[in-house]
Amino acid sequence: MDFNIKTMAEYAAEGKSPEVLFWVGCAGSFDDRAKKITKAFCKILNKIEVEFAVLGQEESCTGDPAKRAGNEFVFQMMALTNIEVLNAYEVKKIVTACPHCFNTLKNEYPSLGGNYEVIHHTQFLKKLMEEGRLKIEGGAFRGKKITFHDPCYLGRANGEYEAPRVLLEKLDAELVEMKRCKTNGLCCGAGGAQMFKEPEKGNKDINIERTEEALSFQPKVIATGCPFCNTMMTDGVKHFNKNDEVVVKDIVELLAEAEDL
Amino acid sequence: MQYIDNIIFLILLVAGFGLFAKSLQNIYRNIKLGREINRTDRKAERWETMARVAMGQSKMTARPVAGVLHLFVYVGFVIINIELIEIIVDGIFGTHRFLSSVLGHGFYNFFTATLEVLALLVVIGVVIFFIRRNFYGVKRLTMKELFGWPKNDANWILIIEFALMMAFFTMNASDSILQMRGVFPEHGNFPISGITFVPFLEIFSFDNGFLSFVERGAWWFHFAGILFFMNYLYYSKHLHIILAFPSTWYANLEKKGKFNNLESVTKEIKLMMDPNADPYAAPAEGNEADAPSKFGAEDVFDLNQVQLLNAYACTECGRCTSVCPANITGKKLSPRLILMKTRDRLEEVGRNIDKNGKFEDDGKKLLNDYITKEELWACTTCNACTEACPVLLDPLSIIYDMRQFLVMEQSAAPQELNLMMTNVENNAAPWQYNQADRLNWAKEN
Repeated sequence: MDFNIKTMAEYAAEGKSPEVLFWVGCAGSFDDRAKKITKAFCKILNKIEVEFAVLGQEESCTGDPAKRAGNEFVFQMMALTNIEVLNAYEVKKIVTACPHCFNTLKNEYPSLGGNYEVIHHTQFLKKLMEEGRLKIEGGAFRGKKITFHDPCYLGRANGEYEAPRVLLEKLDAELVEMKRCKTNGLCCGAGGAQMFKEPEKGNKDINIERTEEALSFQPKVIATGCPFCNTMMTDGVKHFNKNDEVVVKDIVELLAEAEDL
Repeated sequence: MQYIDNIIFLILLVAGFGLFAKSLQNIYRNIKLGREINRTDRKAERWETMARVAMGQSKMTARPVAGVLHLFVYVGFVIINIELIEIIVDGIFGTHRFLSSVLGHGFYNFFTATLEVLALLVVIGVVIFFIRRNFYGVKRLTMKELFGWPKNDANWILIIEFALMMAFFTMNASDSILQMRGVFPEHGNFPISGITFVPFLEIFSFDNGFLSFVERGAWWFHFAGILFFMNYLYYSKHLHIILAFPSTWYANLEKKGKFNNLESVTKEIKLMMDPNADPYAAPAEGNEADAPSKFGAEDVFDLNQVQLLNAYACTECGRCTSVCPANITGKKLSPRLILMKTRDRLEEVGRNIDKNGKFEDDGKKLLNDYITKEELWACTTCNACTEACPVLLDPLSIIYDMRQFLVMEQSAAPQELNLMMTNVENNAAPWQYNQADRLNWAKEN
């Protein structure tokens, strides 16, 4: 990165606190593909001068995959550790690019003592846009066909279907909806800890089914709002040997590209 | 001798309702076998949800064809059963069309005409449903998991409803012919049977005696049919016409993504993280009662009462299964089957209690004997099933509780998941990366 990413510890040392904590998540921290999403988001925040911090080494897995797999012990161990850190920094507002982190922090941490305003990055950017801080010019994508795959943990799990679409519309692209979208969206196949295991036996893998549907519209871009969906759809596109024609990108990457960041 | 009819009627009525009450009692007892769950908060919202979803059928509109037909059958069948009031009064006191004296001539005409139109809508609905189910090939209605009783049950329901409506029309038609002939006083207006059944009966020029016999026969058939159908509910998926109401009332009002945190675990972890805690301390008196006997669910006793109520309320429509990503891609998981199997097991436990006075171990469990691990591990927790259910049932919560049992009681997760969980525990990430490297991306280009 060509600018400095500050941690909560650094802010605390200066006796200050940032506008928002960016919860990077495990995928965003370690997965090579998802790191690009992380960086794109930081570039946008940096450009429009949003003061943000990350936890860095003090961040742990939210516990989502352990919890969905049924391991409440490991989940709560992670949750209570994270809550101690977050509360120590008196964190009020968290933004994250991962719907799984978003869901867990927002819905499952409160009853364990962690109460924060938790926002998905698409919601955050939409708000910044409405406040006039973020301006999007969609030149690079004008007229290009984009289809958006709803992440289950943003959509059905939390009822957010609008924010990603509002941002995509700003790109002046041709947004085509799949038949299975919004409340009827089809899972990418990664949720509920499936990301970390081989699928059970069946006719085909879920991400193949989903990518097939997306590809049937011949889009230039399959837009996602979740690092796991991103991986699953990217694998799907490769499966159909379409990776020269179709790209899978997080909304925040598209915005960063439109801004030439 | 003239009271024999009335006496037989009363006996039938009492027996019919009595048996039905006994069935409901059984269901109530079985549901009570589950764990208690607090779902009596936000009462206003619960009443509103029930009114909107169960009475208002708001979620049925997602599939408009089935939605409209279902509305015909639902509204028709419910309103036609207002007729039952009249049947009961007539049956007990030997009156004829008692409501005509209460409602007045004009309004009674309107009332009977409305019932006739509704009955026609029910017949249309039921016939199309029968064709859809048996010949048209709607995938979710013709899946292998419905073979046997579930499929026959569905057809019996449609056939019984059809027969009841036919009896209703026959009764009205013969009655109105007798009215025209001056045998009965003129009560009511019967537009549908007037067009269809009356001309048909007139062809045969039946005498008054025979028509009276037909009218009474249809009346008795209609009445006995309703009693029979009511008692059939207990054995049938048609129970949803009653249990959809409590199921929507007790539905989960939280965000779909929010899974409950086990409080018993919180205590343990807090103790573990507390540097001042004495690891060898004996648990405080009385704490044993707070702890659940086990984590997650292995059998119906470990599920909560709302989950068991859900199992009885499921009408096996398969909307959940038809949107389940695992099922769509040919995996064994079917959310509908999760509920059906839960009900099957619960009924088996109920029969066991009926026989033995209390539950005697039968060497079976919901897990493995009914629901397999393969099904449970195929779930992506995407909530498509809970979104699709027209009566807000929650098969996902059952899947999830059973996973909890597999992992926390039996350590029986798939190997790759064990690896993931170990990584989370040791490295604070599901992959084997060092926590110290979390910010490395910030230094990369």
